[in-house]
Amino acid sequence: MNVNRARLAALLTGLSPFVAVAAALAAGAVFIAAIGEKPLEIYGLLASQAFGTGYGIGQTLFRATPLLFTGLAVALGFRAGLFNIGVEGQMYLGGFAAGLAGTYLHAPAPLALPAALLAAALAGGVWGAVPGVLKARFGAHEVINTIMLNFVAFALVSWAGRGLFETATVRTRTIAAAAELPRLDALAPALRGSPVNASLLLGLLVAAGIGVLLFRTRIGYELRAVGFNPSAAEFGGVRAGPAQALALTLSGVVAGLGGTSFVLGYKHYFELGFTGGAGFIGIAVALLGRNHPFGVLVAALFFGALSYGGLVVNQRVPRELVEVLTALVILFAITARPLLERVARRLA
Amino acid sequence: MVALLFFAAAVRISVPYALAAMGAALSERGGVICIALEGIMLAGALGYVLGAYWSGSGWIGVGAALLVGAAMAWLHAEATVRFRADQITSGLGINLLAAGATRLALVQVFHSSSNSSRVVGLPQWNLPLLAGVPGLGDLLGSPLVLATIALVWLVHRLLFRSVFGLRLRATGERPEAAATLGLSVTRIRFGGVLLCGLLAGLAGAYLASEQHSFTDGMTGGRGYIALAAMIVGKWNPIGAAAACLMFGAAEALQIRLQGSAFPSELLQALPYLVTMLVLAGFIGRAVAPAADGIPYDPEDR
Repeated sequence: MNVNRARLAALLTGLSPFVAVAAALAAGAVFIAAIGEKPLEIYGLLASQAFGTGYGIGQTLFRATPLLFTGLAVALGFRAGLFNIGVEGQMYLGGFAAGLAGTYLHAPAPLALPAALLAAALAGGVWGAVPGVLKARFGAHEVINTIMLNFVAFALVSWAGRGLFETATVRTRTIAAAAELPRLDALAPALRGSPVNASLLLGLLVAAGIGVLLFRTRIGYELRAVGFNPSAAEFGGVRAGPAQALALTLSGVVAGLGGTSFVLGYKHYFELGFTGGAGFIGIAVALLGRNHPFGVLVAALFFGALSYGGLVVNQRVPRELVEVLTALVILFAITARPLLERVARRLA
Repeated sequence: MVALLFFAAAVRISVPYALAAMGAALSERGGVICIALEGIMLAGALGYVLGAYWSGSGWIGVGAALLVGAAMAWLHAEATVRFRADQITSGLGINLLAAGATRLALVQVFHSSSNSSRVVGLPQWNLPLLAGVPGLGDLLGSPLVLATIALVWLVHRLLFRSVFGLRLRATGERPEAAATLGLSVTRIRFGGVLLCGLLAGLAGAYLASEQHSFTDGMTGGRGYIALAAMIVGKWNPIGAAAACLMFGAAEALQIRLQGSAFPSELLQALPYLVTMLVLAGFIGRAVAPAADGIPYDPEDR
């Protein structure tokens, strides 16, 4: 096989995320033109608002934060060959636990925030461990189990919330000030007024940690080996079951922490439905980021910008278009990759 | 009397579940996982409302729902069968697409982000003899309830007593064997997925016609319950329908208990917990078709 051709093939498959985004934006442009607006002007306005001002950048970062966590959680599962669709429920429970710990634990000031973060990680981790153990022990399909557990989580919180929610609302009491994650505009005045908070820094830390875990440790190597081929990994001395259980548990921990931006850093209370589908968009984030922590970060920023920019252009183009674009990115990404791979195979 | 009313309520709730679950059984027996049920149902519900709104006829609404359901399923088939993309991701993508696109349509057509205008429902038939029976008269006077009961039998016949059904099951178990016999795996899988789209679209039409409107996210996870019921029913149309009836009864009970001290929210979680137990092998073993979820690539020899 010609070396240059092999390179070209690798390049082609690596292009798939960009092809997917371009195709989705093109489809969006057709819609925008159909309702009588100018696509380039709308996209330009969207980008300039999302990245052009300090406040806009803060909003983009704020919206990217939960997506960074959920994208990382999905990617971690994918690396071990597991599809965690339960990120939404894990994040939901993580946020609920953080809210409760921040309100009722009454931990002394320096411990209040770590305790609330730990509660979020634990709640998400337990919810990830359940399908992980069921997969390892009984071979039960994690896709179905994680979907089921999403709904169990929603029901559980509705039930537990009966006695906890403030009267006539669906939110818990406000957390203690010591458990709050600080806003970043205290550090960087340019971001003034935007709700981006220290949860983003935690997310970056988690991303770096996952990068080290996956590519620099023995455990990470084993997870990837199981993801690549469970039987081959077993043959090589890796026990696939425990590795899968660990992967889903860690994925749940990361997802649980994803609830902290809203609960500890923004509203300072838990509210029913606060996740708003971030867990599912995390699948798009992981897909576009090709399951690499850095790629996930870039993809989270892209969807964060789209989400904020969509609000800004809402006067002229319905912001619901952004949801359609997100879905199209997923559909184009999964079809572009096999297509480009096939083209690459022909070339090579 | 109370028992009859309760039974009627349980059946009413389980109708959309049963339609979608039977659709999923057809899709998965052919080897294509259909997580897209939720989105197809949602799009079907919008299809009904748009059809009924523009024509003033519920039956046109049903036709539109079938069309929209098939179109969404066609997208899923195109991505997973033709392009051999990951079936679960494609399904989730379709669900997100349906959620976004129906909201977009609500804003464009009805200028509201939450609900449509009120539209006509389907006619209620007055059956002789049954009309006076409490619960049952109303229940069996509903054309879509009757259609669902007939479809349980029809889909079962189609899957286990027809040439197409045999071929569909073959492509879901051993696609290479089916291909060796000169069958087109692509075509047969398309057929299974499109039938799934029609059934899930009809489920959406039922929901919208009962409610006389479309509301944002109105399927509320019903597609996933249907998927769970199909698993509990072991990929069999009749089994799936029976599981749906059980889930419907749990939901009817939950509605009755709402507001009481009984934790009805936990009853709401029951279908999901049962499904997990079945999957783990505690309540009989649920075995999926051997090639379920695996794209068929003729070059992969």
